[in-house]
Amino acid sequence: MRNWRWGLIGIVFLAFVIRTEAWKFSKAQHEHTERISGSAGDVLEDDPVGRLKVFVYELPSKYNKKILQKDPRCLTHMFAAEIYMHRFLLSSPVRTLNPEEADWFYTPVYTTCDLTPNGLPLPFKSPRMMRSAIQLISSNWPYWNRTEGADHFFIVPHDFGACFHYQEEKAIERGILPLLQRATLVQTFGQRNHVCLKDGSITIPPYAPPQKMQAHLIPPNTPRSIFVYFRGLFYDVGNDPEGGYYARGARASVWENFKDNPLFDISTEHPTTYYEDMQRAIFCLCPLGWAPWSPRLVEAVIFGCIPVIIADDIVLPFADAIPWEEIGVFVAEKDVPKLDTILTSIPTEVILRKQRLLANPSMKQAMLFPQPAQSRDAFHQILNGLARKLPHDRSTFLKPGEKILNWTAGPVGDLKPW
Amino acid sequence: MKLTALQQQSRRSNSFRGSSPLDSSMDGAIKSPVTIFWLVLHGLCCLISLVLGFRFSRLVFFLLFSNTSNTMTSNNLYSTSSFGNPSEPLAFQSTLGAVTSTSTSLPAMNLTTAAASGTSSSRVVVGRHGILIRPWPHPNPAEVMMAHRLIERVQREQRMQYGVKNPRAVIAITPTYVRTFQTLHLTGVMHSLMNVPYDLVWIVVEAGAVTNETASLLAKSGLTTIHVEYGKKMPILWEDRHKLEAKMRLHALRLVREKKLDGIVIFADDSNMLSMELFDEIQNVNQFGAVSVGILAHSGGDGEDETAVVQKEEEKNSGLPVQGPACNSSNHLVGWQTFNSATFMERSARYVGDRAIVLPRKMEWAGFVLNSRLVWRDAEDKPDWVRDLDEVAADEEDVESPLSFVKDASVVEPLGSCGRKVMIWWLRVEARADSKFPAGWVINPPLDVTVPAKRTPWPDAPPELPLPAGEMAVVLQENAEKHATKTRSTRKRRSKRKHATRTIDERVSTRHAGEN
Repeated sequence: MRNWRWGLIGIVFLAFVIRTEAWKFSKAQHEHTERISGSAGDVLEDDPVGRLKVFVYELPSKYNKKILQKDPRCLTHMFAAEIYMHRFLLSSPVRTLNPEEADWFYTPVYTTCDLTPNGLPLPFKSPRMMRSAIQLISSNWPYWNRTEGADHFFIVPHDFGACFHYQEEKAIERGILPLLQRATLVQTFGQRNHVCLKDGSITIPPYAPPQKMQAHLIPPNTPRSIFVYFRGLFYDVGNDPEGGYYARGARASVWENFKDNPLFDISTEHPTTYYEDMQRAIFCLCPLGWAPWSPRLVEAVIFGCIPVIIADDIVLPFADAIPWEEIGVFVAEKDVPKLDTILTSIPTEVILRKQRLLANPSMKQAMLFPQPAQSRDAFHQILNGLARKLPHDRSTFLKPGEKILNWTAGPVGDLKPW
Repeated sequence: MKLTALQQQSRRSNSFRGSSPLDSSMDGAIKSPVTIFWLVLHGLCCLISLVLGFRFSRLVFFLLFSNTSNTMTSNNLYSTSSFGNPSEPLAFQSTLGAVTSTSTSLPAMNLTTAAASGTSSSRVVVGRHGILIRPWPHPNPAEVMMAHRLIERVQREQRMQYGVKNPRAVIAITPTYVRTFQTLHLTGVMHSLMNVPYDLVWIVVEAGAVTNETASLLAKSGLTTIHVEYGKKMPILWEDRHKLEAKMRLHALRLVREKKLDGIVIFADDSNMLSMELFDEIQNVNQFGAVSVGILAHSGGDGEDETAVVQKEEEKNSGLPVQGPACNSSNHLVGWQTFNSATFMERSARYVGDRAIVLPRKMEWAGFVLNSRLVWRDAEDKPDWVRDLDEVAADEEDVESPLSFVKDASVVEPLGSCGRKVMIWWLRVEARADSKFPAGWVINPPLDVTVPAKRTPWPDAPPELPLPAGEMAVVLQENAEKHATKTRSTRKRRSKRKHATRTIDERVSTRHAGEN
C-alpha cells in the first residue's frame, strides 16, 4: 500500500519535471531559430562517419590534377564542388583504402573544368572524358563490372548534370550519358519529370565561396528594410536576342511587371554591397536562368533572406533533408505577374517562421562547402544522402556475365577516345 | 514572308544558341522577280520599322495569327513576344500532347520538346515562351501598405531578438523658457522624443511661470509630460543662465524622487540634437553613464573676418569639439575629454542674444545619463558612491555637472563604444536680443502691408496702379482696432492724393504704411 503511494508520488513528480522541461524546450523555440526536419526526418545533423565507406579510385592526374593546373579558375566558379568533394574525400574518415569493404566508389574526374576565356565551362569534351574514365576503372578494377556502376557515384555539377550540355534542348536530346544509367549522380540540376534528373540522384547546392560571404556579414540587428531584392539579368541579349527563351520569359516578366514598383529593388547592376543588401532584404528572388538552379538560393539562405523560387518543377538541394516549402516561397512561372499580391498576402506569422528556420545555423552550414570541411556542411549532407541509400538492394549486384549497359550507345562523337 | 522567316532562321543559327540547320537555298543570289519583290518588300518593312522604332512585323503576325495563339496567355494577360515564324504556334499545340519522336521533323524549330524521350514528357515546355505582363503593371497601393506593415513587423521582431531586452523607460529632463527660439528648439526635441521606441516621461521645467505657449507646444506631442515651473525668470547673461538651468534640472530630479519614477534619466536640453541610437545605447547603462557630446560652438558667428580668424584658431586648437569620456586601449575609463574653449573665450557671447559664439561649460549635463534609482530617497541597492540630491544642492551653489553626484569618478560607465561614437550634439542658439516674435507664432492682428500684392514685390520699382494701395489701406482700417493713429494718417493720405501727383504720393503712402 505504501509502495503504491510512493509510486504515485514518483509518477506525479516525473510528470511535473517532464512538463517543465517541455515548457522550457518550447520556450527555446520562440528564440531565434527553429529545428529543421525534412521528409527524411531530422537528418540535417546526422553524422555520416561510421555509416558508410567510400573508396576513391586513383585515376591518372590527367583526369583531375592536370586539368586543374591548366585552369585554376575551376576552384572559384560555381561548379567547384567536384574538386572540393574530391579533396574532402581523400582525407575524410569515411574513406577506406580497402575496396572490398566499400559501400560506395568515387571516381574523381573533373568534367566541368574546360573553361572558355570568359570562365564558362564547355561541355563538349566531358562525355568523352567520362567515358574514358569509366573505361579505365572498369578495366583496372573489377568493381565496376560487378555492378555496372550501381554502387558508384559521380559528381556532375554542370548546368544539366550528366546530359553534358548547356542548352536545354540539346541536353534533352542527348539525355544522361548511357554509361551512367545505373550510377548515382550528385548534381546541382534538379527538375521533376526531366530527362537529365534520374531517380535516386542527390541534388546539391552550387558552390559559393564561404569566406567571401562571411566577410560581408553585417550585424543582425540591422533592420530589414528592402521588401524584394534581385540583381541579375532579365534579358540575355547576347544569347537570346528576341527574348522569350531565357528563363522561359519569367525574368523578363518580373522586370516588365515590377520595374516601377518601389517594393521591388530589382536591377541588372551588380553593386559592391550585393551581399550586404541581401541581408537587408526580406525576400530574395531566385528565378531560373538558362537552368533552373542558381547560386542565389545559397546566398539567400546564408543571409537569412527568404528565397522566392520561380522555377516550375524544380528540385532543390537535399530535398529530402530540408523542407523547402516551409522555408521558401514557391511561385509558378505563370503567376509571376501576381508576384506582389502573392508576397504581400503571406501571413506575418508564416514569414516570421520562415525567418526563424533560415536562422538555424545547421541550415546555413548545409549549403556551404567550407575548406577545411566542418561538420554538417554540404559534404556531410552528400554523404548522409549516400548513407540513406544504403544498404544496396539486390538489383545492384549483377549475376556474373550479366550485362545491362550498352557501351556503344549515344552520339557518335562521344565514342571517340579522350 | 518566307524570306523573312528564312532570314530569321539564319540569324538565329548565327547566334550562340542557334541549332537549326541552315537552308542552303538562301545562299544563291537568285534574281527572279519574286525574290526582287520580296527584297523590296523587306526593305520597305525595314524602313517602316526604322521610322516606327520597333519591328512591326511581329505585331502583324501576332494579329494575323492570334487565333492560333498559344495557351500560355490567359484571359487577363498579354504576351509581348509574338511569333516571327508562322509555323511556331502549330508546334506549340502539338507539344502539349506526348510527342515522343526523337527527331525534329519541323524545320528550323527551336522547340524540341518533341525530342523528349520515353518517360513522361515534362509539363514544363522547352523553347520560346511569352513574357506575361498584366494589363496594369503598376503597384497597388493597398498591397504597398500591406508590405510596409510586414516590413514593420519583421523589424519589430528583429528588435525583439537582437535589440535591447527588457527596455527601461526613459525620463527626459528639459529646462526651457519662453523666447523666440523656444518653438524651434522644443519642436526638435519633441520630435526626437516622439520617435523613441521606449516608454518615455518628459519632464519640462519652465523658468518663470507655466505658460500657455509652452503648454500648447507640449500638448501636440502626445507624450507623457510633466510640466512644472521654476520660480525665477531666466537671466540675460549666459553664465547666469547656465547656473539657473542646473538648478532647474535639480528641481526636476527632486520631482523624480518624489514621484519615484523608474527609468533612465537623460538631460535633453531644448536646443540639443539627439540621435535615435543614443536611446538604444543608454539602455545599456547600469547606474551612471557618460556619452560623448559633440559641441557645435560656431553658432551665431558673423562677418567674414570673424570666421577667418576663427578658422585659424581652430587649426591651432586641433582639439576635437567633443566632450565625453576618454578610455584607454582596454576600454576602461581613464579620463575626460573636453572642448578647449580657451581660444574662443574673448570672443564668446556674454548675454543671450549676443551675436557671438556661445561656449559650453567644462562638462555639460547633456553628456550624462543616470539610473533614476540613484536619486530616490531610499532604494535598496543604492551604491555607496552616490551622494544625496539635497546634500549636493546644499553643498554647491552651482552644480556644474552631474559628476558632483558621484564621490569617485571612476564608477562612471562610458557608453557609445567608450565615447568614440558621438550621438548627441550641444548647441546654444538664440535670437538676437532685439528680436520680437508674435505670441505663439500666431500673427494676430494681421500684418500691415509692406508691399501691395498686385505687382512685383520690389519696393524700388515705381508703382503702376494708383488705387490698390488706397484700397489696401481701407481694408486694414477695418481690421485694425489698435492702430487708431494710422487710420487717421491714411485718411489724410487719401485726401492728399487728390491734389498731388500720383507717383510721389504712392511712394510716400507706401513708405508710411511700411513704417507702421
